[in-house]
Amino acid sequence: MENILAVKNITKEYAKHKALDGVSIEVPKGSVFGLLGPNGAGKTSLIRIINQITAPDTGEVLFNGEKLKPEHVEQIGYLPEERGLYKKMEVGEQAMYLAQLKGMDKREAKEKLKAWFKKFELSTWWNKKVEELSKGMAQKVQFIVTVLHEPKLLILDEPFSGFDPINTNLVKAEILRLKEEGTTIILSTHNMGSVEEICEHIALINRSKKILGGSVKQIQQDFKEGVFEVSFRGNLIAFTNALWTGCELINTKEEGELKTAKVKLINHQSPNELLKAIVPHVEVHGLQELVPSMNDIFIKQVQETSTPENS
Amino acid sequence: MSKINLIIQREYLTRVKKKSFIIMSIVGPLLIAALLIVPTWLATQQEDIQNIEVIDETGLFIRKLKNTDELKFNYEFRSLKQAQDDLLNDGEFTAVLHIPKVVVSLPNTVQIFYQEKPSNSSLEYMEEQIAKVIENKKLEDQFNLSLEQISGLRPRVEIVPSKIDESGETQETGGTLAAGVGFILAFFIYVFIFLFGVQVMRGVIEEKTNRIVEVIISSVKPFQLMIGKIVGIALVAFTQIAIMILLTTAIVVGSQQIFKSDITSAKVEQVKELEQFNPQQASVKGEESGENDFVSRLNDRIGRINFPLVLGCFLFYFMGGYLLYGSLFAAIGSAVDNETDTQQFMFPVTVPLIAAIAVAQAAIENPDGTLAFWASMIPFTSPIIMMVRVPVGVEAWELAVSMGLLLLSFLGSTWLAAKIYRTGILMYGKKVNFKEIGKWIMHKS
Repeated sequence: MENILAVKNITKEYAKHKALDGVSIEVPKGSVFGLLGPNGAGKTSLIRIINQITAPDTGEVLFNGEKLKPEHVEQIGYLPEERGLYKKMEVGEQAMYLAQLKGMDKREAKEKLKAWFKKFELSTWWNKKVEELSKGMAQKVQFIVTVLHEPKLLILDEPFSGFDPINTNLVKAEILRLKEEGTTIILSTHNMGSVEEICEHIALINRSKKILGGSVKQIQQDFKEGVFEVSFRGNLIAFTNALWTGCELINTKEEGELKTAKVKLINHQSPNELLKAIVPHVEVHGLQELVPSMNDIFIKQVQETSTPENS
Repeated sequence: MSKINLIIQREYLTRVKKKSFIIMSIVGPLLIAALLIVPTWLATQQEDIQNIEVIDETGLFIRKLKNTDELKFNYEFRSLKQAQDDLLNDGEFTAVLHIPKVVVSLPNTVQIFYQEKPSNSSLEYMEEQIAKVIENKKLEDQFNLSLEQISGLRPRVEIVPSKIDESGETQETGGTLAAGVGFILAFFIYVFIFLFGVQVMRGVIEEKTNRIVEVIISSVKPFQLMIGKIVGIALVAFTQIAIMILLTTAIVVGSQQIFKSDITSAKVEQVKELEQFNPQQASVKGEESGENDFVSRLNDRIGRINFPLVLGCFLFYFMGGYLLYGSLFAAIGSAVDNETDTQQFMFPVTVPLIAAIAVAQAAIENPDGTLAFWASMIPFTSPIIMMVRVPVGVEAWELAVSMGLLLLSFLGSTWLAAKIYRTGILMYGKKVNFKEIGKWIMHKS
């Protein structure tokens, strides 16, 4: 798959600390790309470099195969984490201003804004002052001006913060619709649920280094630990006794007649071995391999790379 | 439309549409006009006029004490007792000036009776007038001089300041008066730099605290945003100045039309009064013409000021000073999170400005002194000090060097400010000090 964005071996150093250390990422065209990492890891620094707000010390960024240049900002939409509006300006006037700064002409901007305002139920607010908007409404306006100029690449930094569940779904649906229309989206978030739900690829950054990258499915496969969940009817002690040394019982749960147990198979043994061992003693109702959640992978990886010897 | 134009337009329009701008543009000229009109208007009012009854036992002073706008002398031939009674019964006079027979030999015997004390300046004026008459009398008696001869003995001396340049050409200059005109303009520059410089700073802080700055600099370069803001506010300043000048002129001219009739009729009366003093008219005329002479010389001096040059310099130094300080104010705004944190950075920026206005006062006295010279070269004070010096007359090379230095340092300060700004606007929740800012200047983009 073709990449819309390729970040190559970027280093960025501030007065005292390294914000990015040899980071490379590749964002396939038309995908939703999750940029993950704890606070202060360097995500925002990377995003600012992609937006040409700052320049890297070394390394380069390619946009559609070309070296990043000022004209590219018109093809990029950026919703920063720290976002706001001019409080004293009228909502419509403000949106028009931001749209024109992205290179849209007046008429086009007005037409499109009116349509978006209608969609997000903001039409009656066009002539009101920004300070009269609720936080959620202001967030909607910010989202609109980010996507209005139909950028090829959309960078959203914590886009769901400040939205109620209804508006979160509204925005999520818009993001997915934009993706269907071919927009590439970089999503920077701490919300791992939404990463699993909408991201196809991710990069995990910790302490200014990329520590993990690739497709979500592949990563989850890679991080499988051979843990299986067995549900069965029968005697729990009989089940436990049936297990042999090649496996490890993590926990058990009883819900009425049906019991479940999590068993870890050591040395990549086949689940068939497990079945063979337990079938004579209990009645098996289900066997399923447990895939690690992105949340678990995130926490595990970040903790591993943050041990004192790395600092 | 280019992006920087969009920014300038927004900065300009949002400010010009503000209520405070409109109020300031109307109230400001009203205040200035009031300062110009009210004293003139008050002078035409009759209320404060003192009608002094002169009881002159010598006969020397009849019609010789010169009336002023506030003091009218009336010569009555009656006894002091009668005059005093009249005064007590609220007669037509406000005070009785008694000049006894012995006044020529004993000048300290003059008395004034009143119910409301005349002002000290009125008393001093009367003393001066009486002394003059006695002096004239003595000169007349002892040296047998006529009044014309006596007034000829009292020349009015005025030194004409003329500057001689290297080619040997001399040029008459406006002197202290011109420096005074310069000071007023310099003061305007001072006020406007402060007023609009702080607006730049507030604008930057507003963008930072509203968290809109990151959205905008993903579309334009931080430098474009900063320059757009500074230029936009400069246009606001020019608009405000233009409105103020136009409105003030309109108000002053308009009110002059209204008061004109009053003033001219008052003048006609004065002239009529003068005509009545036939016997002593010679002396009175002599004095008057001396006065007119002074006024015409005053006009002469104002005429010697090169107004197109002064106005051009005013615009240049206002612009240059504003841009120099404006960019520094923008840098300060970018380094802090809110206005209360600006104190420590404001201090070093405002000190040269305040020092400049102090030096400007000294420069009125001595526009070509060493202090004034150097202060008009140093860019941080030159917009104010050079403005005091220009109406008096400065050499072309001095002006050129001063302007050149101001231009260079404006470029330098903008470059420096841009570096601070670029880093500062994205820095939140951190208490910044000078050391930190130094680092921002050092590191690459």
